[in-house]
Amino acid sequence: MNARLLPYVLILPVTVFLCIFFLYPFVLVAQQAFGSDTGWSLDNFRDVVSHWKFSISLWNTLLLAAVVVPVQLALSLLMATMVSKMKRGRDLVLYVWTIPLGISDLAAGIIWLAIFEQSGFLNSMMHGLGFIDAPMNFISYQNMTMVFIAIALAEIWRATAIMLVILVAGIGLIPKEYYEAAEVFGASPWKRFLKITLPLLRPSLQTALVLRVILAFEVFAVVAALGGTLFPVLMGETYSYQFDLSNSGAAAAIALIILAISIASTLVILRALRVPKGATI
Amino acid sequence: MTAATDAPQIDARRSGRWLYIASVVLLCAWVLVPLYFLFINTLSSPETVNSFPKGFVPEFDFGSLRFFAGFQGMIDALYNSVLVAVLTMIMSILIGAPAGYALSRFDFRGKELFRMLILLTRAFPLPLLALPLAVLFIRVGLDDTVFGLALVHTTLAIPFAVLITFSLFSGIPIELEEAAWTLGCTRLGAFTKVVLPLILPGITASAIFAFVISWNEVFAAAVLTIENRTLPAFLLQSLAESPLHLKFAGGFILVVPALIFIFAVRKYLFAMWGIANR
Amino acid sequence: MKLRFELAGAVSGIAIVCSAVAAQADVLFWSTQARPAEEAQAMREVVLSGSDIAVDYQPNETGPWLTRLQAESQAGSGTIGLLGSLHGDFAALDPAMLAPLDDLGLAASSETFNELSKLGTDTMKYIPWMQASYVMAANKKALPYLPEGADIDALTYDQLIEWSANVQEGEGRPLFGFPAGPKGLKHRFFQGYLYPSYTDGVVRTFASAEAEAAWEKFLELWEHTNPASTNFSFMQEQLLSDDAWIVFDHTSRLAQAFNERPDDFVAFPAPAGPTGRGFMPVLAGLAIPATAADMESSKAVLDYMMQPETQIATLRATNFFPVVEVELPDDLPPAVQATGAAIATMSAAEDANPGLLPAGLGDQGGEFDRVFVDTFERIVLARQPIRAVLDDQKTRLNDIMQETGAPCWAPDAASEGPCPVE
Repeated sequence: MNARLLPYVLILPVTVFLCIFFLYPFVLVAQQAFGSDTGWSLDNFRDVVSHWKFSISLWNTLLLAAVVVPVQLALSLLMATMVSKMKRGRDLVLYVWTIPLGISDLAAGIIWLAIFEQSGFLNSMMHGLGFIDAPMNFISYQNMTMVFIAIALAEIWRATAIMLVILVAGIGLIPKEYYEAAEVFGASPWKRFLKITLPLLRPSLQTALVLRVILAFEVFAVVAALGGTLFPVLMGETYSYQFDLSNSGAAAAIALIILAISIASTLVILRALRVPKGATI
Repeated sequence: MTAATDAPQIDARRSGRWLYIASVVLLCAWVLVPLYFLFINTLSSPETVNSFPKGFVPEFDFGSLRFFAGFQGMIDALYNSVLVAVLTMIMSILIGAPAGYALSRFDFRGKELFRMLILLTRAFPLPLLALPLAVLFIRVGLDDTVFGLALVHTTLAIPFAVLITFSLFSGIPIELEEAAWTLGCTRLGAFTKVVLPLILPGITASAIFAFVISWNEVFAAAVLTIENRTLPAFLLQSLAESPLHLKFAGGFILVVPALIFIFAVRKYLFAMWGIANR
Repeated sequence: MKLRFELAGAVSGIAIVCSAVAAQADVLFWSTQARPAEEAQAMREVVLSGSDIAVDYQPNETGPWLTRLQAESQAGSGTIGLLGSLHGDFAALDPAMLAPLDDLGLAASSETFNELSKLGTDTMKYIPWMQASYVMAANKKALPYLPEGADIDALTYDQLIEWSANVQEGEGRPLFGFPAGPKGLKHRFFQGYLYPSYTDGVVRTFASAEAEAAWEKFLELWEHTNPASTNFSFMQEQLLSDDAWIVFDHTSRLAQAFNERPDDFVAFPAPAGPTGRGFMPVLAGLAIPATAADMESSKAVLDYMMQPETQIATLRATNFFPVVEVELPDDLPPAVQATGAAIATMSAAEDANPGLLPAGLGDQGGEFDRVFVDTFERIVLARQPIRAVLDDQKTRLNDIMQETGAPCWAPDAASEGPCPVE
């Protein structure tokens, strides 16, 4: 087949598919954000942004992503290298580590609330060990740091596996000879990681980061379960506009703002971890 | 392995090994302990679920699970869920993998635009898109079909399929393919004989994502299926407001099939390890 | 090989799927009520099993409920046969989406409810289905802490605060519980209880000096409130887990506690303030979408739902009370007996100051609730000065009233034209 045409043939199915099932509804919804009684306007955006909760939810969403994603990146890199060195039990350990992948965010919220609530497992444990006499309140407006830590822990627990699986699949492609050669020259494990694993893993790292960051901006169910009304996030505001306030224009406006943030951060990551075409080896 | 003969080095190595094993165990515990709590609460009587302090050994009370066993339509919903998830898996890979290959091997006009389109798909909340999609589906007769829901779930899974396969194709030297061409393989032949086996782990990873995305998706499932409900739409809807013990039992029931699936395919994640590294 | 097998599976899967669509005789009952797993099960197995026409009862959260309904309405054809939801949800819809129901000859015994169900048109757009209210409940362990001379059936807000303070002092932790979580019905407390009890109004008096006093009282109560309340949405959970001893909530959100441990809890009326004992009803209705495929069957099921026996079965299943005259049997579940008695005492109280459901707000009902939620979050959680917050929120409230033109409802004094915020 003609080599100039081939790539277009290959991307045609996805493009057609996404045009029907994503772009078509997306354009309809996005129109609502710019619509008003008097035609085209930015009123919805103005309304949404001027609401007192907007800046708080924006800040919360960004802060949570900024804290959670780097930790997840480090953790998944650590786990991926550990599992790749393993000789026995690799299957089992990898399986255990990918388990959270199968757990929906709603279920994860239920699980972590059972840990942090007043009569929950954490209090039971501390009570059993004699650290406390009466159950402590971890999740309260008096202790926002703790609320934040609880949410961050739950998110790290739930979503690290997404990155792990991508990185594990990527590490599998790095030829072992590189490591053997490096070992012959006396490179320390840390150096091998820095000089071989990281650079060669760039395509997978990029993918893992981009997907994870985009999902991080859409965080909702876990936050709602643990943070209650204390920790508003952008996605929660979107749902509240759409379903509690029946204001789909405003909901679409916030969703577009989230989209813009996602695009911006994606561009940054793509630039930082640019992958040359074809072979990188 | 390199020779290390003097004693301090062996010591360092041994302690390093202990540290390594300890961290593996610790990380496993980090994942498993919260799940264990879910397990305890699932197998507890309603009184125990609400009590304080909580025990750390399950009391094997099957009351909550039995409640769901008697729930009308559970089996049908489970069957529908599996069907949707499998359809989603197959469609997302068949449609997504070629695009991943194109992104990694060719430079073409509109490539960046295409990439952005793929990513945008994940950056916009589905519950807002559900209304126009539902209208479309009702008009064309896809409404309330497992296939229609699988189409929506495929949309959610495609970004994962495209990007994961893209990153893995990028990791495979094009020289490997070129070598196969010079040995008389066609482009397609080289692809199936040389490249495909190498990216099986990536395909597996995409499959896992497609499966769990579909499995755990509630909103579109609730709106787009009526008779043919999926399990999460069936359970999760009511879960958030149900009494605690049912909340945990329902959550547990949802987790199990996903775990079985990941367990079944886990070895393919590493399947080609030996070959890729010769 | 493997791939081919999977493809074959997929194709046969699609075939099965397509054949499954054909049969669709049941009336689809699309509801936002009776969502908890056990209630939904009871609706199917007890309440609806007696209907001649097969009914498929599907409870959903408001999000999917609304999305599906709107989609069917826009597409012009649908599978939903019967809708069940709260007055507020119906009020937010375009009335044209609902079929007129006057010809059924069904109605509630309350004329107020029947008037509300017209949604501002001149025909009934839904039939009042069942009702509930909000009451207080307490763990019996809290009773010894009651202030001297206080009658639990005639508490004042001051006594409630004192009581909660006593409990906190005696137990070492705050045990008043308030449903301030994301799904909690906190705004109803302000609209139907606090404001009527302190200002004898809701809209007119929103930013009055009395309202300022009411919020100050609430802040006092908040001092003795379990700070985890921002995560509480169903107070039965905290009653059962001992995280709260004295609570306020919707009767059906307290039911589980009474049904599981009937001897441990008491239900009692909401407290009274300077302008009486404010309280408000909850009204759920049944409607038929204009796109319903089989209007006759839908109407038959609706008729069945309004029969006295069905209403009693519904009461057992959902803890919502009948809206038609029925003879209540003696063997009702503990929760129904306890909360039913509390509501009766509350309505019969000398200082009762019943409020009505907001009417005429249309799709601004959510915005109206949000004014109260925002006010709460700003004053109580963010600790902003009360006067400034009220003045700021007042303009928002006034905009809503002007935009919708909704007249005042009780306990606000009647108005000509839109209800003014004074």
